[in-house]
Amino acid sequence: MNELGNISREGLWSNNPALVQMLGLCPLLAVSTSIVSALALGLVTIFVLTLSNLVISAFRSVLADSIRLPAQIMVIATFVTLADILLQYWFFELHQRIGLFVALIVTNCTLLGRAEAFASRNRVGYALVDGLSMGLGFALVLLAMGAVREILGQGTLFNNLDLLFGAGFTDWRIQLVDNGFLFMLLPPGAFITLGFMIALKNRLTLPRRDQFSENENSQKENRSQNSSPRI
Amino acid sequence: MNIQAMMVRVLLALIPGFLLMAYSFGPGVIINVGLAMLFCTGFEAMMLGLTRKPLRVLTDGSALVTGALLGLALPPYLPVGYLLIGCLFAMVLAKHTYGGLGRNLFNPAMVGFAVLIVSFPLAMSTWPDPGHRLADPLLVFSVKLHNGDALPVLIDGISRATPLDEFKFRGALTVAEFWDQFGPENARAWLYINLGFLFGGLYLVYSGVCHWRAPTAMLFTLAALSLPGYDYGSSASTGTPFMHLFSGATMLGAFFIVTDPVTSPNSTSGQWVFGVGVGILTYVIRVTGAYPEGIAFAILLMNGASPLIDHIEFRLRPHPGHSA
Repeated sequence: MNELGNISREGLWSNNPALVQMLGLCPLLAVSTSIVSALALGLVTIFVLTLSNLVISAFRSVLADSIRLPAQIMVIATFVTLADILLQYWFFELHQRIGLFVALIVTNCTLLGRAEAFASRNRVGYALVDGLSMGLGFALVLLAMGAVREILGQGTLFNNLDLLFGAGFTDWRIQLVDNGFLFMLLPPGAFITLGFMIALKNRLTLPRRDQFSENENSQKENRSQNSSPRI
Repeated sequence: MNIQAMMVRVLLALIPGFLLMAYSFGPGVIINVGLAMLFCTGFEAMMLGLTRKPLRVLTDGSALVTGALLGLALPPYLPVGYLLIGCLFAMVLAKHTYGGLGRNLFNPAMVGFAVLIVSFPLAMSTWPDPGHRLADPLLVFSVKLHNGDALPVLIDGISRATPLDEFKFRGALTVAEFWDQFGPENARAWLYINLGFLFGGLYLVYSGVCHWRAPTAMLFTLAALSLPGYDYGSSASTGTPFMHLFSGATMLGAFFIVTDPVTSPNSTSGQWVFGVGVGILTYVIRVTGAYPEGIAFAILLMNGASPLIDHIEFRLRPHPGHSA
């Protein structure tokens, strides 16, 4: 049980795919312009990541080592195609907006990363929890970025939520300010938001440097101690 | 020469251009520069406090210079809120998240300008018509307090785009027809402003605050590129070299921003490369881009390249100690 707790803590916080591993940044940066598209892509990612982890883990003993990477990609691509078609069927308008990035989930490094690093060497139950928590960790960061960028860029919150949940959710739209700050909806706004979120995460987890020092050496020491894995 | 003395001289050198600009475009310019200097100093103090650096760093004057440069680049009727956003991005994002003065990769004032022109293109390309400028400071200030991208009716009929901007969208007019229609007054205002900054820039070079290589390289490249583009003033002409040198922010950029010691190469040959690069990019963005002025983007792009330029220069430089 403790093991499962550790796995989910890794995915949600300490080894979060977006904030620590910094994988899958393409959809993260491109789709986080509003809550509704962030939520949709987050859900699709959770769906694909969990199921592909499950299948890859279940078949890990029968897969020959030499073809395991193509096989993993095939499994991921299958679920992405499935998700793509389902999204098109149920949420056509939403698919028009984020469809490009749904197809691109195949190339999201988080998926192959989890398949290769975790699912192909762990039991099915663990792989399932890992897929869920990693997907959820990614989706939560995506959602937070979507919220920040929608508020700052458009001045609204929960705009177009009806695309995902049906017509009853049109009223959820909150107009916070009249004018948005367009910059936040453009690519630089995405990078800046992500940068500040990573900084916030590091601020909460890394030990604090107490005083500003001009001494380069002590800074370098600090940096090597605190270094988080970088891609 | 310490940083403070350099910054004081830069501020002094800005004065002629600043006065000519205030004369042409009214008190909005003075309000812009004053507020930008105030906001930038405020944000600098805030960031020094947050990063626990000593507040005496404030006295180096670099925040004042950033504020002055940003204020001079903004149109006089720009809402105060936008100006605040520009200063915020310039000081907090472009300067202090990189580690403060001397560690910033991009010129802070140009980052502030780029953020504003990308976000608020309409407000950022609306300049007063020098013939109909508002002269009452209080009236201008009340215009500036008006928020939002929709411009108040008050300034609607008395403002227009800059010559560079309108020239690009002049349709099938030839160059001569364009200037006939545009009226010489506006173009002359920009000419005087650029001469003012050129004068200040020459003072900077003379007093040893900045070097002459990058500005020279940039101005000559810009002139050389626009010469074939002139095309005898046909309707497809990209404008005379004279227009490219003496309108928009050419001289301000060439002497005050291209020469920023932090964000441009340190090596002498690197400075030539930097200047040529800025010249090429400025011309290309002015002619083919969608924005009225290309200098800010050209400088930011070359800022990003300047560590690489220095690195390559160092690799190519003959090292006597290491000859095999």
